Amino acid sequence: MELILCVAVGILFSVGVYLILSKSLLKIILGTSLLTHGVHLLVMTMAGLKRGASPILGDNSGSYVDPLPQALILTSIVISFGITAFFFVLAYRTNQTTGTEVTDDREGGEAANE
Amino acid sequence: MNNLLVFPVLLPLVTAVILFFFKEKIKLQRILSLISSLLSVITALVLTGRIHSEGILTLNLGGWQAPYGIVFVGDMFSALLVLAASVVGLAVLIYSFGSIGGERERYHYYSFFLFLLVGVNGSFLTGDIFNLFVFFEVMLMSSYALLSLGGTKLQLRETVKYLLINIVSSTLFVAAVAYLYASVGTLNMAHLSMRVAELGQDGVLNVIAILFLIVFGLKAGLFLFFWLPGSYSAPPSAVRALFGALLTKVGVYSIIRIFTLIFYHDPDTTRPWLMFMAAATMILGGLGAVAYKDIPRILNYNVIVSVGFVTFGLVAATGDAINGAVFYLLHDMVAKGLLFILGGLIISASGTDRLKDMGGLIQRYPLLGWMFFILALALVGIPPLSGFPGKLLLIRGGLEEGMIGLSLIGVGSSLLVLYSLIKIFRIGFWGDPQEKQIQKSGALPRAGMAGAAGLLLIVILAGICSEYVYSFVSQAGEVLANPELYIEAVMKE
Repeated sequence: MELILCVAVGILFSVGVYLILSKSLLKIILGTSLLTHGVHLLVMTMAGLKRGASPILGDNSGSYVDPLPQALILTSIVISFGITAFFFVLAYRTNQTTGTEVTDDREGGEAANE
Repeated sequence: MNNLLVFPVLLPLVTAVILFFFKEKIKLQRILSLISSLLSVITALVLTGRIHSEGILTLNLGGWQAPYGIVFVGDMFSALLVLAASVVGLAVLIYSFGSIGGERERYHYYSFFLFLLVGVNGSFLTGDIFNLFVFFEVMLMSSYALLSLGGTKLQLRETVKYLLINIVSSTLFVAAVAYLYASVGTLNMAHLSMRVAELGQDGVLNVIAILFLIVFGLKAGLFLFFWLPGSYSAPPSAVRALFGALLTKVGVYSIIRIFTLIFYHDPDTTRPWLMFMAAATMILGGLGAVAYKDIPRILNYNVIVSVGFVTFGLVAATGDAINGAVFYLLHDMVAKGLLFILGGLIISASGTDRLKDMGGLIQRYPLLGWMFFILALALVGIPPLSGFPGKLLLIRGGLEEGMIGLSLIGVGSSLLVLYSLIKIFRIGFWGDPQEKQIQKSGALPRAGMAGAAGLLLIVILAGICSEYVYSFVSQAGEVLANPELYIEAVMKE
C-alpha cells in the first residue's frame, strides 16, 4: 500500500511541476494545488498507514492511528486553500490589468520597470 | 511557564483584527497601530530583561507538556530578534504615515503590516517545527498582500513570481517535515535534537537537513536569491523597508536554529554546503550591488550580501563567530530598515530612483545626506558604529578556524558594499544638480525623518555601547553553542 501511494505522490509531483512550468497562469495555479495535494499525501504515507483504527486512544482500543499527521495535513490544507484563493484573485486581477492570462517574458525584465 | 512569551504574537494579532473594523477611520488606524507597536517594543524589552536575569523561558500552549503540545521558547537569541523586529517595525510604521498614501491605508495596509509582524515574531519564538511552518505562512500571506497592494502592473507581475516561488518552497518545507517525522517521530525542536543525537546523523537525516537548507535558503535569499531583487523592487519603499529588514532574516534565523540545535552532529557533510552557499551569496550579492544603477536594486543586493555574511558565522561555528553572527544579524535588521527608509526618502526627495537623474541633493537635504553617509560607514563596519563588533567577531572566528578564503571574501564583499553605497552618496548627493529637480523641491516627510533618526541613534549607540550589547549577545551565543541548555529548558517538566 505504501508503495502505491508513493508512486501516486510521485505522479502528483511531476504533473504539478509540469503544469507550473507552463505559460498559462491558470495551469500554474492548478499545478501548485496538485503539488500541495501530493505533499499532503506524502505526509500521510510517511507517518505509516494502518487500517481499521480511529485516531482515538481509549481504555479498550486495541490499535489506534497516529492523529498528528492528520492534524498537520488539515492545517496545511487550510493554508494552501487560502493561498490558492489568493492566487486566483491575483490571476484575475492580472488578467484585468494586462488583458492576458499568459505569462510572457517579452514585456518582462528591465523594460517594464520604467 | 510564562505567559509573557505569547504577547509579541498576540499584541499585533489582536490590533490587526480590530483595525479591520475601522476601514475609513485612517487616523484611528494610525493611532491604534502606533500604540500597538510601542507596546510591542516595551514587551520585547521586558522579555529580554527577564531572559537576561532568569535564563530561557518556555510556555506550553494549552497546558500540554513539552514534546506533545506546541511550546513557545524564549531564549536570548529569539528575544533579541523579537526586540529588533519590534523596533524596526515601529520605525517603518512611523515612516509609512507620511509615505504610504491614503489609498493603501484605506485598504487595510496597517492590518497586513501587523499580521506580518505576527508571523515574524511567532517564527522567532516557536519551539515546534510545524508551528514554524505555520508562522512562516502567516508572514508570507501578509507579505503577498503587502506586495500586491496597489495593483500596478509591475507589482502584480512580481507578486505572481514571488507567490509561486514561495508556494514551491513551502511545499518542500512540508515534505521535509514529513520526512523528518517519519524518521524521528517528533516535531518539537528540543525533542528533535535529542532524537537526532540518539540516532546519529547519518544518510537519511543528512538528506533531510539539506532539504531544510534548500527551503530556508529560498526564503532567506541564501544563494537561491534569484527572486529577491525583482520582487523587493516592486512595492512602495515603506513595504520594501519592512521586507528588507525582516523577511529574509526569518529564513536566516531558521537556518541558524536548525543547524545549531538539530543537525549539528555531522559538520563534515553540512559545512561544505553552507560554506559554498555563504561564499556564493557574498560574491554574487556584492557584484549585483556594484552593477546596478538604480537605488532599489542596489539596496536589494545589499540585503543579499548580509545574508551570506551571517551564514559565514554559522559555517565557522566557533564561539566568536556565532556571537558575531548574532551581533551582525541584529545590527543588520536595524541598519537595513534604516537603509531602505533613507533610500525611500532619497527617492522621494529627488523624484526618481535612477542614479543618473539625481545629483546635488546635499545642498537641499544636508541632514539626509549625512545620515546616509554615517549609515554607509556602519554597514561596512567602521568603528565605533554597530557594524564593527559583529564583523570583527565574525572575521576573527573565521580566521581561528583557518578559513582564510571565506574571511577574505567577507572583507571583499564589505568593500563592494561600501563602493555601492558611496556611489549613491557621490552621485546622488555630491553630483551636479539636475535641471528637473531644481523645480521640484519640498520638505521631506517629517515622520520618515523621525523614524530614520531613531534607528540611526540605535545604530550609533549599539556601536558605542557594544560591550553592554555584547553581554546579551554572548548569552544568545552560549545557548546556540550548547544545545543542551535549550533542551533542558524545554523538557524540564
